[in-house]
Amino acid sequence: MLRRYSVPMLLILAGGLLTYCAYEEMLGLYTLSVLMFMGINIILSTSLNLVNGYMGEFSCGHAGFMCVGAYVSSILGVLLFTKDKVFGEPWLDPSLALYAFPLIILAGGAAAAVAGLLVAIPSYKTRGDYLAIITIAANYIIISLIQNIDTVGGSRGFMGMKSVISSMEDAADLPWMVIWVFIFTVFTVWVLRRYVSSTFGKGVSAICQDEVAAEIMSVNTNKIKTISFMVSSGLAGIGGALFAYVIGYVNPGSFNILKSTEVLVMVYLGGMGSLSGSVLSAVLFTVLLEALRPLQIIKWIVIPLLLVVLMQFRPEGIMGNKELGDIFPWLKRFYRFK
Amino acid sequence: MLETILQNVINALQWGSFYALIALGYTLVYGVLQLINFAHGDVFMVGAYIAFFVATFLLGIAGMPGWMALALTIPLTMILTSAVGVTLERIAYRPLRRKGANRLYVVITALMCGLILEHANLAVLGASRKAFPPLITETVYNVGGVTFTNLKLGVIFTAFAVFIFLHWVVTKTRVGMAMRAISYDKFAVPLMGIPMDQIIVVTFVLGSGFAGLAGLLFAMSYPVLEPYMGALIGWKAFIAAVVGGIGDIRGAFLGGFLLGAVEILVVAVFPSSYRDLFSFSVLLIILVFKPTGLFGIAKTTKI
Repeated sequence: MLRRYSVPMLLILAGGLLTYCAYEEMLGLYTLSVLMFMGINIILSTSLNLVNGYMGEFSCGHAGFMCVGAYVSSILGVLLFTKDKVFGEPWLDPSLALYAFPLIILAGGAAAAVAGLLVAIPSYKTRGDYLAIITIAANYIIISLIQNIDTVGGSRGFMGMKSVISSMEDAADLPWMVIWVFIFTVFTVWVLRRYVSSTFGKGVSAICQDEVAAEIMSVNTNKIKTISFMVSSGLAGIGGALFAYVIGYVNPGSFNILKSTEVLVMVYLGGMGSLSGSVLSAVLFTVLLEALRPLQIIKWIVIPLLLVVLMQFRPEGIMGNKELGDIFPWLKRFYRFK
Repeated sequence: MLETILQNVINALQWGSFYALIALGYTLVYGVLQLINFAHGDVFMVGAYIAFFVATFLLGIAGMPGWMALALTIPLTMILTSAVGVTLERIAYRPLRRKGANRLYVVITALMCGLILEHANLAVLGASRKAFPPLITETVYNVGGVTFTNLKLGVIFTAFAVFIFLHWVVTKTRVGMAMRAISYDKFAVPLMGIPMDQIIVVTFVLGSGFAGLAGLLFAMSYPVLEPYMGALIGWKAFIAAVVGGIGDIRGAFLGGFLLGAVEILVVAVFPSSYRDLFSFSVLLIILVFKPTGLFGIAKTTKI
């Protein structure tokens, strides 16, 4: 009883409290945006953990898939619900934005999942270092493709998402972005937890241990790789879509290799193959990033240095491949982690 | 028509020379350690900056004539840049190697070291671009409608000379033999009395030294320096090394020129903003159809 309902109750409570605080403007805009970035970072780090941690591949082009999700959902939103210089009149009534918003975000995720095939198909034959290069290449290909499409602004970027949000807030006066970021964060972690703890997901860990042996043990490695890459990039696309709507402006330059590195840092800080580690490190990392903001460029020396030191002394990250329940056994009373 | 083709061939050779020079460093380190030294592109950037400081010092403060400054800048840049490479190896890679850490951790460390180099440069020197002082006067030759400068010829000549030198080192000398031995079997090598750490340091000296040389030549050809210049060209040189089959000197050299040719061809036909798109797509296609590169040999995996 306690095990089944404690975490859902806790999440509903936290979500409700957050929404209430945002609605009553008890939290400042700055705190709210930090919290929203925290959610997005959780989405990104947990979804990359599926590939880098559970599957044992080295993907460093996560920001590319974010970019696809961000652009597809932004364009859809602007096309359908706002009056825009490029796309003209809205195709649908702006008040419908309220209901269509999650669909738009999911569409961004779906597009990113399809883009994930760019990495998934070469991964049948290559792995390790070569696959790492393919992910970097995919990141660059996506960015420079978008830079060369002039209708969506090219390298100048694309905007107009704020008006979608304001039409949502016109229809019902609630802090919609906070709510949706919260819901999608919970959704991502839930999907990934279900995925890696399912029987099918055991195959993912089998690939991590030994791909050839896994194949001999009748694990369909190609299928698992395809699905894992698509799930991972699709969730990254959702993260990217939310990122676009939170900021209200996207440009291809903000999804470069530096952004991918940021996500990598979160995954390795938290520990490979540990969802709760990823969540924890995403929270920590966001706070750290905000704390280091006054340092400006030095921030980008401190963060890589942190990871270098981490690799030297505790290469398995904060949590290793343990979940929170393995470290604090009393938590198992409230929740089944695996 | 013929002139355009010849002109593009010369441009491709020069552009490919930079890729080839940097790719040689990637491939040397990979061949010996099976480590992708992702910081190599930034070592190239550091090399260009070192060349800038050395050249400005020699020209301005010491007041040397251009040719003499160049003659001193080349060895100084190479020595100082290889010092940077060796420092990276000593501080970051060697402790991990001693611990027998997973290769992945070394790769991440390399990636992070590259970022540190970039941003340390940005923090210390600021975001303003530096103009490289002209060391030699460029002479433009025109043979039958095809124009080239002495600098272009120098770059191409250097790339070939470095390739021949490295090929000689790897195939004919004792050090090269030791390098090949390490890449063949890392565990048997120390038992044969080969000083592994020294050989690895030599590898890093060679790789980073020629990256420094590439930085100097690049700065002379395109005299604007900025901290991010190493990132993209480093990635692309890495593509060149992979396309050729990483770990093989001939592969890196050929791959560099191949990539240079592809990029010049793309720019000749399409707008130049498509250059990255095409060169990365070429990489993707080659890796899908021939994952080991042109010269690479597929390894069998044992369980």
